[in-house]
Amino acid sequence: MATILTVDDSPSIRQMIKVVLEPAGHNVIEAGDGAQGLAKAQAGKLDLVITDLNMPVMNGLELIRALRKLPSAVGMPIVFLTTESNDAVKQEAKSAGATGWITKPFKPEQLLAVVGKLVRT
Amino acid sequence: MSAMDPAEVFRQEASELFEVLEGALLDLGQCPDDRELVDSAFRALHTIKGSGAMFGFDKVASFTHEFETAFDRVRKGEIKPTQELISVALAAKDYIRALIEDPQSTDDIIGEAILDDLKRFVSADKPAAPVVEAPLLSPPESKQAGWHLYLEFDSHILRNGSNPLDLLEDLCKLGPCFVVPVTDGIPFLDEMEPEDCYLKWDVKLHAACTKDAIDDVFMFVQDEMKLTLSPLQRVEALAPVPLFQLSEEEPVIAEMAAPVVEAVAEQPVARAKPQSEAKPETKPEIKREAAPARREDGKQERGIATVRVQAERLDELMDRVGELVIAQARLTQLAASGSDLSIKMIAEEIERLASSLRDTTMGARMVPIGSLFGRFRRLVHDLSRDLSKPVEFVTSGEDTELDKTMIECLADPLVHLIRNAIDHGIEDTATRAANGKTDQGRIELAAVHSGAQVLVTVKDNGGGLNTARIRAKAEEQGLIAAGAVLTDHEIHQFLFHPGFSTAQTISALSGRGVGMDVVKRTIENMRGSIDLSTRPGQGTTVTLRLPLTLAIIEGLLIRVGEGRYIIPLSAVEECVELTAEDERSRGRNFLNVRGNLVPFLRLRELMAASGAPDQHQKTIIISTGETRVGLVADQIIGNHQTVIKSLSKLHSDVTIFSGATILGDGTAALILDVAQLVSLAQSKFEKQHINEAA
Repeated sequence: MATILTVDDSPSIRQMIKVVLEPAGHNVIEAGDGAQGLAKAQAGKLDLVITDLNMPVMNGLELIRALRKLPSAVGMPIVFLTTESNDAVKQEAKSAGATGWITKPFKPEQLLAVVGKLVRT
Repeated sequence: MSAMDPAEVFRQEASELFEVLEGALLDLGQCPDDRELVDSAFRALHTIKGSGAMFGFDKVASFTHEFETAFDRVRKGEIKPTQELISVALAAKDYIRALIEDPQSTDDIIGEAILDDLKRFVSADKPAAPVVEAPLLSPPESKQAGWHLYLEFDSHILRNGSNPLDLLEDLCKLGPCFVVPVTDGIPFLDEMEPEDCYLKWDVKLHAACTKDAIDDVFMFVQDEMKLTLSPLQRVEALAPVPLFQLSEEEPVIAEMAAPVVEAVAEQPVARAKPQSEAKPETKPEIKREAAPARREDGKQERGIATVRVQAERLDELMDRVGELVIAQARLTQLAASGSDLSIKMIAEEIERLASSLRDTTMGARMVPIGSLFGRFRRLVHDLSRDLSKPVEFVTSGEDTELDKTMIECLADPLVHLIRNAIDHGIEDTATRAANGKTDQGRIELAAVHSGAQVLVTVKDNGGGLNTARIRAKAEEQGLIAAGAVLTDHEIHQFLFHPGFSTAQTISALSGRGVGMDVVKRTIENMRGSIDLSTRPGQGTTVTLRLPLTLAIIEGLLIRVGEGRYIIPLSAVEECVELTAEDERSRGRNFLNVRGNLVPFLRLRELMAASGAPDQHQKTIIISTGETRVGLVADQIIGNHQTVIKSLSKLHSDVTIFSGATILGDGTAALILDVAQLVSLAQSKFEKQHINEAA
């Protein structure tokens, strides 16, 4: 069982991720913005972080950069959610330290596929 | 929570987002250069679009897309958020809202029209971006025997969470693989960076899969690796490779990876290890690991600022607290009548706990009134446009908290009051100009705490009430006799009379005479009161006084004859003894409190109490803000936490009581309606005054 943190200011996206990943045997914890997400990452070991980019307080890019500075998050996969098929955004997030991305809207299978790629149980 | 349907969560969330969006749009109308507002509108749209598509609201997503594109241009500073754009945006917002909340009732034609309007802003000076993406089809590679891959990853690949071993494992799922690690890049130990990846791999994949399938495996790392891909020769494919023939069913990759790790022992490829552990016999161990992890999460959850709770649960909680308070009162009474000191101490402790539990529960039901105010900005915007009366809408005290049920009940009355203020209160531009006023009218909606009450005021700077016209209308309707002596205040009360309207013409908005009486009734049902004050030519202020909560109040328990009554403590100003001098002045129903004349009511007379009155009568001075009234009772018993039970329909015509409560000994006490008593005393007092003057 992997512990997966979903960071999104939209409760419905977090709920969606929870509803898809929990039956797959993962422990999903939630955060409503980057700052909360960072606090949760600092508080315990995570196997994967799924974060939105466009968020209040601390946006996804800032979160990714901050996470990559944490010793406990070395090698931890970070996936970001994006609606843009725009490569510039992906490049920026990747150079910030993201591992992969999920393009919104996504279907449960797509989410599971990406999680399956990055989390081994 | 996890059982909750995400689509339902989305609906709830969307309705909050719409309010944010609407607020931002309306504010943008005022200050078009505020970047924060554009960003907040954009973010709301973005979420609605992203989530909408995911939960099956396809129409929403495509519609929102145009909307978002338009706002993206605003965000980039390419176009200005003009009033025109904001009007279209508001219409679009309403349409999207309808798509989510009531998809059946939406009309595609309206949607198309709004969309066309939006597109005008999007493509005003820029060709629309091509929507259709050319599908990237790889040529069919049917005759392919397999692939020869050479994988060279950037040295920092492990730091960003990608694991080459995972990728190799995924590759093996495509078909049998022959994997050879290339170790010539590994430096000497003292030069080695422990977090870097030095290995390269040479892979022969014996499967006729497409190039896309391979690209898909390396999707996330394409930019951080060099992948050399060449078709495999058929001859090679036929070569016997039994030793390393891998298929996805066999967990051989673990063993496969292990030697690799051993070969470069210093290289930390941490997650290769759990793979070999994921066997049934090691399950208990995994579970033990999982349990503390979960506790840790529980600790983290405390950081969350808010929790959504169903409204009914809060109501139930309040009911339970009410029952607890009644039971506690019984305990206190029992303890007081006995001599057992320890029971008394427990009773006191429980009383203290019950009281703080009551406060906490009530606090949990409190909602800032600002959520309600937000809705009216749209109303004012629309009304001011429809009536061509420019109106500035100012709100204050958004943080003032009220019981959530009350917030819900307040919406309709406030809509009426604001409509009235714009329709009747604010004059048209020409009249305003003639009276030397500014073009723009002003409506102020304010909420403020005042003791245990909340005052909500709707204030306009319009023409004020026309007292003469109200009087004429009241006479015409036969509500008062011509020439009757009435104060202005009394005349204004006719506005609350059912069917009373002085508007010369009936507009779609107001003037039908329905409304003010309903407003008054609604407010009074909440144990609140409504008051009007007006200054000719300067405007009208309507003040709503509302109790903080509906369920439990602090009361003052008094005795009149045999009966016991509760006065809401929030209305009590002071208690004084009725002096012999006051007692003598039988005919004059007011007393002198430090130089001020205060009318009083003898509750014994009012309640027709039997038996002899107590020797020393007490007067409780109550007030409703401006007016003070004394109530004469036999005895003041003390504070009482009062759980309010409403009276049955049969008693609804007894206006001086607002409810009843159960006392500690199980008997009932009636709760006095302060507003009614004050107006009763006041009218007596005023009549007396008028008679004396005459």
